[in-house]
Amino acid sequence: MIKDSEGINKPFALVRKKKINFKQGFFLSLMRIFGFTGAISLFVILVFIAYNGLEALSLDFITQPPAEAMTQGGIFPVIMGTVLLTIICMIFVIPIGVTTAIFLAEYSKPGTLLTMVMMSIYTLAGVPSVVFGLFGLGVFVVVFNFGMSLLAGSLTLAIMVLPYIISTSEEALKAVPFSFREASLACGATKWQTIRKVVLPTAMPGILTGAILGTAKVSGETAPIMFTAAAFFSPGIPRSLFEPVMALPYHIYVLATAGTHIEETRPIQYGTALILIILVLGMNLLGIILRSRQRKKRSW
Amino acid sequence: MVKHKNVFEINDFSIWYGDFMAVKNMKMNIEANRITAIIGPSGCGKSTILRALNRMNDLITTSRIEGAMLFHSIDIYDKNTDVIELRRRVGMVFQKPNPFPSSVYENVAYGPKLRGIRKKEQLDEIVEQALVKADLWKEVKEKLNDSGLSLSGGQMQRLCIARSLAQQPEVILFDEPTSALDPISTAHIENLLQELQKTVTIVIVTHNMQQAARISHYTAFMYLGELIEFGDTDTVFVNPYNKLTEEYITGRFG
Repeated sequence: MIKDSEGINKPFALVRKKKINFKQGFFLSLMRIFGFTGAISLFVILVFIAYNGLEALSLDFITQPPAEAMTQGGIFPVIMGTVLLTIICMIFVIPIGVTTAIFLAEYSKPGTLLTMVMMSIYTLAGVPSVVFGLFGLGVFVVVFNFGMSLLAGSLTLAIMVLPYIISTSEEALKAVPFSFREASLACGATKWQTIRKVVLPTAMPGILTGAILGTAKVSGETAPIMFTAAAFFSPGIPRSLFEPVMALPYHIYVLATAGTHIEETRPIQYGTALILIILVLGMNLLGIILRSRQRKKRSW
Repeated sequence: MVKHKNVFEINDFSIWYGDFMAVKNMKMNIEANRITAIIGPSGCGKSTILRALNRMNDLITTSRIEGAMLFHSIDIYDKNTDVIELRRRVGMVFQKPNPFPSSVYENVAYGPKLRGIRKKEQLDEIVEQALVKADLWKEVKEKLNDSGLSLSGGQMQRLCIARSLAQQPEVILFDEPTSALDPISTAHIENLLQELQKTVTIVIVTHNMQQAARISHYTAFMYLGELIEFGDTDTVFVNPYNKLTEEYITGRFG
């Protein structure tokens, strides 16, 4: 007996009501299904790309330039283009992003200026990537006269990924306990000495993780490099910053939409996509491993 | 008791956090080579006044002061005062042991390195001496390269004391240094303080009245931001002139 005649629960009426039981079970399974959607999508994409791309994969594929109007051969210059774009982008964006983060986390005081800087960064993070591409075309390619080049593309990517680098670096800096700063200042360190010798080294693993995940983001972007750096074809790796380069995402786009050999180059398209995915996932994996290792190591 | 030279002279000193007056017209002297304890219930302003002595309150942007705080007759809140040099001469040990996430050696060498000491032999000597003085040398001499965070709580706190000692400070401020430690580590630190007092002036804020009674020469009792009573520890504990002090010490409130 669960309830007495007035419907008041007795002290030991712990048997769950059927209705609640059903509702709870229903929503729980719904959550499970939704929760798995992400994982399943990733799995399906990976299997699909791997299934179609594996046949193109070989040592020659990643070490040889394209041949026969890009219907044969490898994608060596394409891989190198993406690698170079990403590295040069990071060379620009890390110093700027980390410096900005230091300013925001350590020096800025609440006020109009800080609000404006923060709002600009948030807005920048929400701008569609094709807009960055057009911006890069207007500013770096035309006004600065860099032309369609490695440099223009890297700078455009740098501006696109800047908000991400700033916010991950700022989080890493803010995660450094106040007691470390206190200890350093009490030793007679200046604020800058404290930041340089205690705060930055402690935050460095976090900053690097952000940078690696940022690299993964950058290497897969198409729109920002489409008008600023990407070449339809170039035979080898560029000899200067002012030459256009081939890049993995753009190469896929070109092979799949332009030209007269769309069907014949399907394996190359999927092979390129596979390489790109391996690159991006590898980078992400590295970032995740680093992050979990530093979380385990952290003992404060 | 023999009168020692005053290191700090606090004159009508008040501290505000925004509109809140945390310390009210405090007047008190701190003598050299003595242990001065500040006791009182939570929120009485004892940590606030301690942190005013080496200007750590500067870190709280809403804080503001009034009155004079003299260190060897120099107003430390004068705009020409070198805060960095002040903090070297007036070290601080915190409630929660806070070694840097680097090696034991690097922790102790931090201050000297900031001051441009680079020679390995010189640093080695400073580090060893500081660790010996902090009574930690025997325990860590084999693991100077281990992380400071790998030590036990009591060892970490002594490491923090060594870090402060490495700068050859005149004064060390202790902000409830044993409240996060077990009784054995606490006794260890108390013995250490009594040893250090021969060469360093010590100001200690503590929640623990027995601790103040055990180790200090002078005791200040604060309540709601005011200095209620200040004098020889024996007098304050045995024969306080203020009723509030008596009530606090006998455990009737606080």
